[in-house]
Amino acid sequence: MSTETTTPAKPARTSRQRLGQFLSDNGALVGLVVVVVAMFIATPDFLTTTNLLNVGVQAAVVAILAFGMTYVIVAAGIDLSVGSVAALSAVSAGWIVGQGMPGALGLVAGPLVGLLAGLLSGLATAYGKLPSFIATLAMLSVARGLTLVISGGRPQSMPDEISWLGSRVLGVPVPILVTLVMFAITAFVLNRTVFGRSLYAVGGNEEAARLSGLAVKKLTAAVFALSGLYAGIAGMVLAGRLSSAQPQAAVGYELDAIAAVVIGGASLSGGQGRATGTLIGALVLAVIRNGLNLLNVSSFWQQVVIGLVIALAVGIDVLRRKTS
Amino acid sequence: MNSITRRSLALSLAGVLALATTACNRGDDAADDGAGATSGGGEGGQTITLAVSTLNNPFFITLRDGAQEAADAAGATLEVVDAQNDAATQQNQLANAATQGVDAVIINPVDSEAAAAAVTPVLDGDIPVIAVDRSVEGKDVNSTVSSDNVAGGKQAAEALAEAMGGKGKVIVLQGVAGTSASRDRGKGFEEGIAAFPDIEVVAMQPANFDRAQGLDVATNLLESNADVTGIFAENDEMALGALQALGDRAGQDVFVVGFDGTEDGLKAVADGTMVATIAQQPAELGKVAVEQALKAINGEELPAQQPVEVVTVTEDNVADFQ
Repeated sequence: MSTETTTPAKPARTSRQRLGQFLSDNGALVGLVVVVVAMFIATPDFLTTTNLLNVGVQAAVVAILAFGMTYVIVAAGIDLSVGSVAALSAVSAGWIVGQGMPGALGLVAGPLVGLLAGLLSGLATAYGKLPSFIATLAMLSVARGLTLVISGGRPQSMPDEISWLGSRVLGVPVPILVTLVMFAITAFVLNRTVFGRSLYAVGGNEEAARLSGLAVKKLTAAVFALSGLYAGIAGMVLAGRLSSAQPQAAVGYELDAIAAVVIGGASLSGGQGRATGTLIGALVLAVIRNGLNLLNVSSFWQQVVIGLVIALAVGIDVLRRKTS
Repeated sequence: MNSITRRSLALSLAGVLALATTACNRGDDAADDGAGATSGGGEGGQTITLAVSTLNNPFFITLRDGAQEAADAAGATLEVVDAQNDAATQQNQLANAATQGVDAVIINPVDSEAAAAAVTPVLDGDIPVIAVDRSVEGKDVNSTVSSDNVAGGKQAAEALAEAMGGKGKVIVLQGVAGTSASRDRGKGFEEGIAAFPDIEVVAMQPANFDRAQGLDVATNLLESNADVTGIFAENDEMALGALQALGDRAGQDVFVVGFDGTEDGLKAVADGTMVATIAQQPAELGKVAVEQALKAINGEELPAQQPVEVVTVTEDNVADFQ
């Protein structure tokens, strides 16, 4: 995290903006530290290696979805379809393997299905002039429906090549490794590539971006395609963990992904957001869910607590940005 | 929208599907049979709407298949609508059924409380309503056909206690908070486990009937309660998640009991990783619901509760259910 705050990869930014960015990144981090300390005080079971690895694994799927969502939100869009697309990708992979194709093909095809679904939403948004909220809301329903059609409503078993995603390598759970790889890719793309930097311009002021020569439509389509690809990968990780693709998997995960991105300091009006913040946001959610289990909090109260924490995290962030 | 698209798809594919009868297509075939009955249905055949909470779950697909069979046998037409777990959608679907003037409605509520408002226009139109699997709270329907979930919870407690040798610590994975299935199974389990003074329930946490959440919640609970030797999950999906969390320990030093007797659940029982599942008989539920609906159409008095037996499935009798 510290390496990112010191990267001078944004020559166009003033020192004040950099300070604001620094604070908003650290805002999420402060939130994470507070939650972790609170859990540590509340229960001795929290701060153990196994449990921290558990938290990492449990954060993985939402984190990967949220990295994809970060591109979209930075470009001032929203992608409500990621949960459904994740399920569609996993079930498609299961179907392909069920047709007697090799497992490795399923592993590749799943994310590609996600990419395709995302691209369709992107084209509808960029060229069909639909608001991304509507285009991806439609995809949410279409993808979930196709998931049911393909699976016949029944769970699909996964081949070893995909189940491997739920195993461990040298003691480290593979979902955590995949999350770290996706994090590194996202951070690199957003910070160090022309594509990534362009997204901040598009999200900050689309008209200005267009006038300065950016291919806004192509960028928009690409952003949703990327989000779909990430959703596909998240779907494979989820299916890998369960050794099975559930047609009803990942319902509502899009809301967790959006919450993670926003807790991480992104603005829903676009132009702001970073991979680091998103990772922290996903961890905050996972720590809370994990802690509520460890503390054996009643099922009735859990949803209340999670909602309040999201409101609190974002509220504090807004306040701090006003004062800074 | 969705059900319309699906139905027209089913119709256009009817010819192809009539030939193809793979396990995967079983659901679609049943839908075709229904469509066939609609078009060729004889005069005087009653029309019954089956409003199912979701077809996104093998259990309800089997329930629908059972209902379809019973309707076909009686020469009645069954219209199946799927609320996709959305209580508001279900309310609209029932309002439509009331407007259409069907002869009876079978509702499998998305939400027991919300269903009261949903069935009101139907009952107001003097159309009999049968609730199936889940009850309607706060409004009297003609009859409620459901598995005896409380008895099932007790049976689960007994099966788990037997596997644990009558002593040890237990965690419970709960279903969606507020549903009658979760409430009744949990209640039955608590009552049943109370008969074993050396067994202690150390944690009860929701995993919302979902496999991925079952995995995460069981993992977390095993972290805070390392000495647990028994897990009761209020459905098989969560139990399968718990098995995933336990890995090789499942069936060796930690015993898991699920509920529902789904395909994957029964497989786990046969493999010996799951001690037992309490099998509901979804096809039987669907069948009995249709029979009750037909009786109601004929003006017969129905019992308020029509329990359908649940069965404890262990390694010994699992072959009978697969």
